Amino acid sequence: MTDGPKMKPELKMQAEVQSDVRKNPRRIAFILRRSSPYVKAQDDGRVMTYPTALARFIIALEVAFVLLVWISLLANAPLEGIADPMHTPNPAKAPWYFLGLQELLHYFPPMVAGVLVPGLVVGALIVIPYFNINIEGESLWARDRKRRLMIVGVALVLFCIFLLVFDVIVALVPTILIGGLMLWSARFSPESPKLFHRWLASKPLSFWIMSWFLVELTILTVVGTFFRGPGWSWVLPWQS
Amino acid sequence: MATTIKSEFERIRNTEVWRTIFRSGSGSSNLHRSQAVQQNIFLHLFSVKVRSRALEFSPTWYLGALTLSTFFILIATGILLMFYYHPSVPQAYADMKDLQFVVASGVFLRNLHRWSAHAMVFLVFAHMFKVFYRGAYRPPRQFNWVIGVFLLLITLLLSYTGYLLPWDQLAFWAVTVGSNIAKAVPLMGKQIRFLMLGGNEVNANALLRFYVLHCVILPLAAILLVGVHFWRIRKDGGLYVPEKKQL
Repeated sequence: MTDGPKMKPELKMQAEVQSDVRKNPRRIAFILRRSSPYVKAQDDGRVMTYPTALARFIIALEVAFVLLVWISLLANAPLEGIADPMHTPNPAKAPWYFLGLQELLHYFPPMVAGVLVPGLVVGALIVIPYFNINIEGESLWARDRKRRLMIVGVALVLFCIFLLVFDVIVALVPTILIGGLMLWSARFSPESPKLFHRWLASKPLSFWIMSWFLVELTILTVVGTFFRGPGWSWVLPWQS
Repeated sequence: MATTIKSEFERIRNTEVWRTIFRSGSGSSNLHRSQAVQQNIFLHLFSVKVRSRALEFSPTWYLGALTLSTFFILIATGILLMFYYHPSVPQAYADMKDLQFVVASGVFLRNLHRWSAHAMVFLVFAHMFKVFYRGAYRPPRQFNWVIGVFLLLITLLLSYTGYLLPWDQLAFWAVTVGSNIAKAVPLMGKQIRFLMLGGNEVNANALLRFYVLHCVILPLAAILLVGVHFWRIRKDGGLYVPEKKQL
């Protein structure tokens, strides 16, 4: 017998970790209450970007392409006579996405409709994510219900009077609609049995403002595009 | 048939030329697929994996992807249109007539560019409202929302500058109406308008300025910001997917 290194059987290395935590506890991390890492459980089904997500994008590209080619085969882009500074068409209209603004120019001085309003809109859009009220997304009526109801009511009435003074019926109708819906939503509790009522009651202020903006934008653009004729007078699209 | 195409494609992927172009090489393990994204200068803006729920239709309606699609179509058709266009008066209008009667598929080319432009403006707005109603602007994605607002403005400017280029009555008066609004800016309205038009009225100088803005400056700005926009999606933790509601 040679004196080789003797293996002690009880010191054999074990590669696997016991799966029973109670028998074999292992410390992974301390989680202190104050500095606990903010981990939210998420359903984390993930797929590879290549090829799955990329294929989805290519399908979207193809759908857009096919639709637009189809439209381009059916409808020709407008082309009128050569530009003539001496001959003003009536009405002279901006591109459709500016017709909402042009409609406002009909009621307000250019300083207001052309500079102040678009400036405010862009400014408001930029600051949306920097206001806590928009981050929390708490229901408008969750706290101070009575006081808020009064503020919103007074603000709405004042704004409607303002629109009436300037004769902006086009903007007044959506304001009354959205404002009415907003005030009506205060009647419902977030625990209301009806889904639609619960949905209305849960909406924050930013939702109402943005929805008002969306409806105004749509209606002003549609009116400017289809319902305005010579001298910016009211015409019906099927009569011109 | 399908297997023939597949094996042929595999053969091409294994050629030396292919492997010098695409650094990820052949193979279809998840490692290779990760590398196909990571090691590609365009794709590396994106993350290697995405949440499968982010690929469903309802969270996004694919509005961002569709907007990018129209932007690609606009770049492709726009480059082709530039081959036939001179930004000068009255040649610009004559070029429109050439597109109509002389250039093969010229009408189709112009149609596709025009309708895609309208579609892009519409889709950018739709994308913005969809992101708002999902609440996807919340932290940590605040700044990507701001970039998005600037991309909206660039899109509007791109469309507006392109509107003048045909130099027909529609173009001329639409831009006249628009540029008159600039005059209303307090204190320096006239100067802004002069800078914009290169003169006191819409004329050949304005056409040249709008052309340069439309074909060089604004597209470059858009491409740059779109790059940042996509990169921020990855950095901010992927597309926003709301948590499943607790029952």
